[in-house]
Amino acid sequence: MYSQGLTDAKGSEEPQELLDAFQKKIDAEIKIEPRDWMPEAYRKTLIRQMSQHAHSEIVGQLPEGNWITRAPTLKRKMILLAKVQDEAGHGLYIYSATETLGVSREQLTTELLTGQAKYSSIFNYPTTSWADIGAIGWLVDGAAIMNQVPLCRASYGPYARSMVRICKEESFHQRQGYEIMTVLARGSEAQKIMAQKALNRFWWPSLMMFGPSDKDSKHSEQSMKWKIKRFSNDDLRQKFIDATVPQAEHLGLTIPDPELKWNDDKQGYDHGEINWDEFMNVIKGHGPCNHQRMQARIKAHEEGAWVRDAVEVYQANQQKIKEEAA
Amino acid sequence: MSSKLYEVFIRSKAGLNHRHVGSLHASDEKMALMNARDVYTRRQEGVSIWVVEAKYITASNPAQEHQWFDPAEDKVYRHPTFYPLNKEVENM
Repeated sequence: MYSQGLTDAKGSEEPQELLDAFQKKIDAEIKIEPRDWMPEAYRKTLIRQMSQHAHSEIVGQLPEGNWITRAPTLKRKMILLAKVQDEAGHGLYIYSATETLGVSREQLTTELLTGQAKYSSIFNYPTTSWADIGAIGWLVDGAAIMNQVPLCRASYGPYARSMVRICKEESFHQRQGYEIMTVLARGSEAQKIMAQKALNRFWWPSLMMFGPSDKDSKHSEQSMKWKIKRFSNDDLRQKFIDATVPQAEHLGLTIPDPELKWNDDKQGYDHGEINWDEFMNVIKGHGPCNHQRMQARIKAHEEGAWVRDAVEVYQANQQKIKEEAA
Repeated sequence: MSSKLYEVFIRSKAGLNHRHVGSLHASDEKMALMNARDVYTRRQEGVSIWVVEAKYITASNPAQEHQWFDPAEDKVYRHPTFYPLNKEVENM
């Protein structure tokens, strides 16, 4: 889905002429490909951002997987299964792209499982009702699309290409979420309340997905220069709000922000202050589900060990059969 | 697990070339093909898949990009537009 924040990578001694030539390429919108020379800081920034992004896709399966067995109809179950499978696919596209920067899959997995690597804070919130699945598709995937569309033009070729695939699929995710919300919002009184409560739960955490406010975002400037990032956190957040408010109105739902108001001068909505303490708290591991998510990932990895072992034995046996036949 | 890196190429429909779409890990060719099917063709993106273990690909050196490819730049006579066509001859 998406990762917040960027790495703080220290530049080492690198020849100025190579650095200049690199920046010139970026400025000319020429993509950087895996075996091209690149500054170490650029490589590290990408590895961190892309791996966070991949981890987010993988962990993002958990809150939704929670409702697969309890989806209200067979149709909903099939759709949700397809969506969760997509998230796994997105994780794989980005892991593959990250590996082209010279980091191994094992290392990336280890960093996630040991808590060294981060993933998007949004997945540390629980999904307590079916309506949350609708809200996630609509808002969380909607916010992810806002972030990911500009990433389709990111300066690193493999990252940009993986984003193109992901954005196409993400669009299905958002629409199916909005459709869930539409059905609930037009349903019984109890269903409407369910939809409203889901919006209340996911609105603010979705806004936090865009990362800290520009004045506190320390990595933005360099990433803009490298064209890993095209718009600032606050600009993307504003775009998301402006796009989403009319969609909520259409459903007859209320955005849980009393200060939300159309501002004619800026042709956009003004909104209330985001609770950054909550955001930092979740990032630091103290969100409602951080522990649960990590435990689930570790359990899945450990319980899948026999599969990896079996593959290895199978491979060795096949090799033996081949040699004996030769 | 001793997984190997495979590059994946997909033909989107008959008549078109296989095109590189990404990579994946697998223990052998058969698993690579099955994984490629699951990861890269969930929406009818292809009718045929090639997988090649990454180590078998020989690539040109990006540092030699200019030495290798620039010489073609000044050979404009290789293109049909280099040759003016008499007005009387409308199409060629």
